[in-house]
Amino acid sequence: MELWFSEKHTPHVKLSIQVDRQLYSAQSEFQRIDVFESQEFGRMLILDGFLMLTEKDEFIYHEMLAHVPLAVNPEIRRVLVIGAGDGGVVRELTRYPSIESIDLVEIDQMVIEASRTYLPFTAGRLDDPRVTIHIQDGLKFVRRYEGHYDLIVVDSTDPFGPGEGLFTREFYGNCYKALNADGILVNQHESPFYDVDAIAMQRAHKRIVESFQISRVYQAHIPTYPSGHWLFGFASNRFHPVQDLKAREWKKLGIETRYYNTNLHRGAFALPNYVQHLLEDVEHVDLG
Amino acid sequence: MNLEQQHKTPIVTALQAVHAQRIVPFDVPGHKHGKGNPELTRLLGEQCLRLDVNSMKPLDNLCHPVSVIREAEELAAEAFGAAAAYFMVNGTTSSVQAMILSVCKKGEKIILPRNVHRSVINALVLNGAVPVYINPQLNRRLGISLGMSLDDVRAAILANPEAKAILVNNPTYYGICSNLAAIARLAHDHGMLLLVDEAHGTHLSFGENLPLSAMAADADLAAVSMHKSGGSLTQSSLLLCGPRINADYVRQVINLTQTTSGSYLLLASLDLSRKTLALNGREIFARVTELARYAREEINQIGDYYAYGAELIDHDTVFDFDTTKLAVNTLEMGLAGIEVYSLLRDEYDIQIEFGDIGNILAYLSMGDRIQDLERLVSALSEIRRRFRRDRADMLDTEYINPQVVMSPQEAFYAPKRALALADCAGQVCSEFVMSYPPGIPILAPGEAITEEIIRTIVYSKAKGCQLTGTEDPDVTHINVIAR
Repeated sequence: MELWFSEKHTPHVKLSIQVDRQLYSAQSEFQRIDVFESQEFGRMLILDGFLMLTEKDEFIYHEMLAHVPLAVNPEIRRVLVIGAGDGGVVRELTRYPSIESIDLVEIDQMVIEASRTYLPFTAGRLDDPRVTIHIQDGLKFVRRYEGHYDLIVVDSTDPFGPGEGLFTREFYGNCYKALNADGILVNQHESPFYDVDAIAMQRAHKRIVESFQISRVYQAHIPTYPSGHWLFGFASNRFHPVQDLKAREWKKLGIETRYYNTNLHRGAFALPNYVQHLLEDVEHVDLG
Repeated sequence: MNLEQQHKTPIVTALQAVHAQRIVPFDVPGHKHGKGNPELTRLLGEQCLRLDVNSMKPLDNLCHPVSVIREAEELAAEAFGAAAAYFMVNGTTSSVQAMILSVCKKGEKIILPRNVHRSVINALVLNGAVPVYINPQLNRRLGISLGMSLDDVRAAILANPEAKAILVNNPTYYGICSNLAAIARLAHDHGMLLLVDEAHGTHLSFGENLPLSAMAADADLAAVSMHKSGGSLTQSSLLLCGPRINADYVRQVINLTQTTSGSYLLLASLDLSRKTLALNGREIFARVTELARYAREEINQIGDYYAYGAELIDHDTVFDFDTTKLAVNTLEMGLAGIEVYSLLRDEYDIQIEFGDIGNILAYLSMGDRIQDLERLVSALSEIRRRFRRDRADMLDTEYINPQVVMSPQEAFYAPKRALALADCAGQVCSEFVMSYPPGIPILAPGEAITEEIIRTIVYSKAKGCQLTGTEDPDVTHINVIAR
């Protein structure tokens, strides 16, 4: 018997991973949730047919979302994480004793439940006493805060599902308002490679550029995401992600990582020309 | 209402049967199930083009329905509590016009509020009836017209006992309702008919705890925009008749102007939507009401915005309020409604129904999701943060009491000349000037033009309202009666 999970990365390209067995399948109010066990990638979380994470390569994504802002501003105390019901970002953040509170806002309770049961490798730190889970639309949650957070991490799904509100100008504007003057926003920024993803990437970038003084993009290699080439956004009104990197301080923390290091941090912001062009195309906007 | 019967969709069933028979088409439309226009077929989908067929024996004929269309109309009449119903395919404009053309003719009077849709006055241009306007009261804070006060209606009836009918728009675009049942009794006691432009009130016949619908209030004719809150395709509409009306005569009037090639896509959408409303309307509109309540609450927490609701009810000019409507006053923010409308679209990719001088209206319906409302609320919050300003230069909306110098028909067909807007004071207008939407005329044919009206037009243009109705597409000139 051969059982394969396939995801179309474009109408004409697909990635297939052989599945050993299905562990979980449910339809929530917002989306269909599946968890598979596979030979090559271990456990995999699938939302609405799109692969969100695998046991084998999730560390890349979660490390890059969490450690980049904390190596720029080690003073980060109050963190808001939007999306990320799998708990992967929270797991990385809880490794910093300096962080005082983490608000995790996930729209879909069932993603959290499924992750707790089937994805202990990411969800294992959701019970850290500093973590408060809010089951709510991120857009609604963030609108109520002003100058409150040091860091907002946007770990959204793609912009065509329940996460679509997290790719909008009103969302980034509300994030800007919810952050304090030293605040940093990092977000998953889609991929520059295939056309549809690149357009979503450009839209997100445009929206962030419109809302923040400093807005830079960095990259990582994530084998199971479309094209494998994935981008993240770093935005702030105070900190430059490379010039303000506190490499020595971060190393002193002694946090062991498998992907992230401070040399890679600098390198990750060096982008291929075609990506730079895609970004520059949407950067020339009037800051309203 | 017999719920068992309401499961039926006679037109849809007949269309599917015809489709299954694989009939060879040697009739119109010439695209022949889409085969003759592959590009259009790709755009709209094969199924859509296959259903775009002409009247034929098994599908009945809209001009003279005897089988499936008739049956579908009878089901609709039952669902809406009407004596008769007509499927309309020329928009609710055609329903409104059929109402007016059915009850009055040249030189006869009809009593109506001035804040009617242009289609009402267009009908008067067609048949030469004379409008008697009732001044709807104005909520000065919000800058919106209210409903008709019973005392004003009574006074108009006593002053014009020969009038044939009263027309009420209920609910208004903003959700304001008049005391329809009392107006109906008053009209009938004086030998007049009550017509209701119920374009924004399809749901009233199906939801719970909503204002009284026209048919339930014993109105004689009602024009219902099924394509608004009813969920059918754009341009499909219903005309409903009460028991005092000669339904066969109304059919003749409809046929004066209605197409003889009624679209089966539109008819099928009416048929299916009526079924959905009859079977699920209660739950659907309970949900819409809840969405609107939630949105009002959230928007009112932002500050400066005022999303109004049932607290406006005063049992007179706001006899009732349609709580499915989401209208928001923006003046305290120092922004005109139309400016917020434009910001929502240009900055936030959110399209709302309209913005006028002081308000915006977001249309909520069965198709809305809570996460989309969150976007709207967040965007409004952002607009306040980024664009709020002093409200000093905001023009207060004033009700402009129209001076009807001649009938709309007489004015429309009279010799005319184009005059620069600034020079028009003291002239009689021969065309419409309106801000669209909501499509309520600032000037109608036959009305005197005043300085105040010119000021309103100039201000509306400056704020970015889309002005329409004039022969001059830029509305720098207005056609006035030549003297």
